[in-house]
Amino acid sequence: MRAYIGRRLLALIPTLFFASLIVFISMRLIPGDVIDLMLAQNDIVTGQDRAKIEAALGLDQPVYIQYFRWIGDAVTGDLGDSLWQNVPVTDQLMASLPITFELGLLALIVALSVAVPIGVYSAMRQDTAGDYVARSFSLIMLAIPSFWLGTLVMVFPSVWWRWAPELEYTPFFEDPITNLKHMIVPAILLGLSMSAVTMRMTRTMMLEVMRQDYIRTARAKGVGEKLLVVRHALRNGLIPVVTLIGLQAPLLIGGAVILEQIFVVPGMGLLLLEAVFQRDYPVISGVFLVVGVGVLVINLLVDLSYGWLDPKVRHE
Amino acid sequence: MSSDTLLDIEHLSVSFRTDRGKVRAVSDLSLSLKRGETLAIVGESGSGKSVTALSILRLLGDNGVIDHGRVVFEGRNLLSLSTDEIRRIRGDRIAMIFQEPMSSLNPVLTIGKQVAEPICLHRDKNWDEAFEIAVELLTKVAIPDAKERLDDYPHHFSGGMRQRVMIAMALACEPRLIIADEPTTALDVTVQAQILALLNELTEQSQTALILITHDLGVVARYADRVAVMYGGRIVETADAKELYANPQHPYTVGLMASIPGIEGDAGARLITIDGQPPDLADLPSGCAFATRCQHAHDACRTSIPALDPVEQNPSHRSACFGYPL
Ligand SMILES: Nc1ncnc2c1ncn2[C@@H]1O[C@H](COP(=O)(O)OP(=O)(O)OP(=O)(O)O)[C@@H](O)[C@H]1O
Ligand code: SF4
Ligand SMILES: [Mg+2]
Repeated sequence: MRAYIGRRLLALIPTLFFASLIVFISMRLIPGDVIDLMLAQNDIVTGQDRAKIEAALGLDQPVYIQYFRWIGDAVTGDLGDSLWQNVPVTDQLMASLPITFELGLLALIVALSVAVPIGVYSAMRQDTAGDYVARSFSLIMLAIPSFWLGTLVMVFPSVWWRWAPELEYTPFFEDPITNLKHMIVPAILLGLSMSAVTMRMTRTMMLEVMRQDYIRTARAKGVGEKLLVVRHALRNGLIPVVTLIGLQAPLLIGGAVILEQIFVVPGMGLLLLEAVFQRDYPVISGVFLVVGVGVLVINLLVDLSYGWLDPKVRHE
Repeated sequence: MSSDTLLDIEHLSVSFRTDRGKVRAVSDLSLSLKRGETLAIVGESGSGKSVTALSILRLLGDNGVIDHGRVVFEGRNLLSLSTDEIRRIRGDRIAMIFQEPMSSLNPVLTIGKQVAEPICLHRDKNWDEAFEIAVELLTKVAIPDAKERLDDYPHHFSGGMRQRVMIAMALACEPRLIIADEPTTALDVTVQAQILALLNELTEQSQTALILITHDLGVVARYADRVAVMYGGRIVETADAKELYANPQHPYTVGLMASIPGIEGDAGARLITIDGQPPDLADLPSGCAFATRCQHAHDACRTSIPALDPVEQNPSHRSACFGYPL
């Protein structure tokens, strides 16, 4: 098992290399560059100043030199400084990563605690009114973009009940309750949008599992319906659901970017968005690097959880 | 019903709702079984053997409907019990062994847990006590080092070993009836013989009645006390095993006998083969279902269904045939 994890971690390196290459290049393809923005802001117009700033920021070099310089530093843990704020990108990431992580984790908890029970219920009551309601709910959640729902939650409760979601961030370890009050709304929205697909998958898998021979064996032993689901069917049904959660990880991060913006959560999404507006290349690269590692790590965790769910994998 | 009758199936009819409409899989089937007796049910694929077996424990899927009939077990009609009452009979008084050892065990639960489960469900025992009994059961079905294997998963076991586990599981609560639906069809020939011998030995030891569904007439000759031959969802002939071999009456049974090389000899996979196609249950002929393949068929056969009547005044030997000149 340890050798397996080691191998998987090694395999991350080339993947990350290519991912970073793509990020680095595509970033330079966004029209408008940082120097233009800086010059515009400071009312400096002369070509000489432009060259000076470019040289200072290392942007006068060819892109591939910039890239290798960046990746060389990145390996040592130095992701450069923000072009605007003059602080190390690593510091900015360290500050924002835990916040996004918390948001993602809360969203995942929401998603699973909505999707799995409803998915199982839907499968057990196939083609009843309850099943249709659950499936319609899932379709609606699939169709509604979370930014729209987010805006709705911002606007309507304040109009109707003079209630608005908390918009001030408090670190979790300072005051968990206030922190959760702020985080829970975006987490629920993100979780709900994630739960749609997960629920459908849970339903499909449970229907599939309930048709298996070993379920009939369990029934023939006198296992009741509740125990049948919990002990005999659920674990078998969840194996593919876990894969799906891994596949949804990038989606989760994408959703987080938008919801962090709406609910003013100072996570990586907000950091990324600001960096993109300002063409703050080192920050963008840094965020993408972390996101890339994050997605790969999530998928590694997904693989490892198979070991817990599926004894066949555990012993191989 | 005499006092040593364990199971009495009376006029059982079962159908399935399908895309092609309602399909009758079992029609007006009656049979009875004494305590400790072994009854073999034989017949071609699709003749309704499994449906009959599953109906006893009400394990037909959602689309299966029991149209009428009674299944009286130890004096109670299983078909009119509540779901909770039938659940308490399953795995306790009546156990079942299925055909596919590869898919009939749960891949994510340990062998120990699966064997011990019925004991936990039906007896006032906790898991540890149930595990101890499971070790005894696994030893009984000749799983070596049973104690060490409790934590193994089904994929560690070969097909034959899994079927032994299924037998151990079936025996767990000392049931009065075991229904084994082609328990060896999926196994190697040599393993088949071992498993059947084991099943026979253990049921005999514990005086457990056995319904053995099989394609293999060699198996029937060796282990069964009684035989029921099914065709097109009905029993067409039933008799004591010896009587049936000595004096088969129904043309279908005669055909079955002729299609096997010899009753004695190794228990190879003698799949039943008779000229012609098995009947289409959705479109059964109006008379005797076998008429399309029967060389003795005459006009009466095509208009009405023959009753399962005693042969030569022998009430234990019955055949459903209008008769034909020999
Ligand atoms: N779940 C089901 N849905 C629809 N029809 C079914 C179902 N189960 C069985 N049948 C029908 O009932 C008939 C009898 O099936 P059954 O499984 O009892 O045959 P069998 O005698 O056990 O055959 P085999 O030797 O192949 O196991 C089949 O022809 C099939 O068409
Ligand atoms: S009733 Fe007629 S068709 Fe049917 S088995 Fe007897 S002789 Fe053949
Ligand atoms: Mg069958």
